[in-house]
Amino acid sequence: MTITTTTADEIVDARGLSCPMPIVKTATLFRTLEAGKTVEVLATDPGSVKDFAAWARSTGNQLIASTQEGSVYRFLIQKS
Amino acid sequence: MTTMTSLVTERPLAAPVEPQPAVQPEPESKAATKEFVIINWSGDLDKVWPTLILSSTAAASGMAVKVFITYWGLLPFVKEDRRIVGKNWMQKMLSFMQRPGISHVKLTKMNFLGMGPWMMGKLAKENNVASPRELLDAALALGVEFIPCQMTMDMFGLTRDDMIEGLGEPAGAATAIEIMTNAEASLFI
Repeated sequence: MTITTTTADEIVDARGLSCPMPIVKTATLFRTLEAGKTVEVLATDPGSVKDFAAWARSTGNQLIASTQEGSVYRFLIQKS
Repeated sequence: MTTMTSLVTERPLAAPVEPQPAVQPEPESKAATKEFVIINWSGDLDKVWPTLILSSTAAASGMAVKVFITYWGLLPFVKEDRRIVGKNWMQKMLSFMQRPGISHVKLTKMNFLGMGPWMMGKLAKENNVASPRELLDAALALGVEFIPCQMTMDMFGLTRDDMIEGLGEPAGAATAIEIMTNAEASLFI
């Protein structure tokens, strides 16, 4: 599967991973990320739609977009 | 009335009030101050798994996470190369009956001499579910603090050297109570 070009600063490819690894992978990257930077997460776990919204609320990071392309979910998150 | 007056006058004079900082500095993030605690009592696969999923996710969500590991819950945190642990025959026999190490955990039900965990592991792999081993590594990397129970370590004859690297200082029930009462949420699994 091809990854469409993105304007995000970083990409987390969590396709094929089950809960909680997409969150764990993303959170690990966010630890070293500067505030204001954006990350695009690709996931195939349908549960990740609700989970990334919840994770953004708990951490205070901004979930800018949550979209779906076929079986792939895309999340654009900005570090606050 | 007289009594009251005397009480009032006998009160020591208040010390001059030091100027207090008007507002306590706001913590960086609200989530960062939240604490999540799990008392991990069970050494069973189907209980250790959610313990590791919830603790790593809570840490990923910016919470301070502490997992107090006690009783059978200590055994998954014993180094994998340890087969028989303990000093006396009873402790050794216990570890023979319940092999320690994260990869040797059993199911609470449908264990069927290891068939259950084997099938569970196979299903998890097919569905790309992270293994307890991977989740434990993630939890440690995200800063989850695992606190072994000193009393049960002694009872099982476990030494610090038997336990995996990266665990916190062993402690007792008073520590468990303190972390539970300070936490936003605490679970006994």
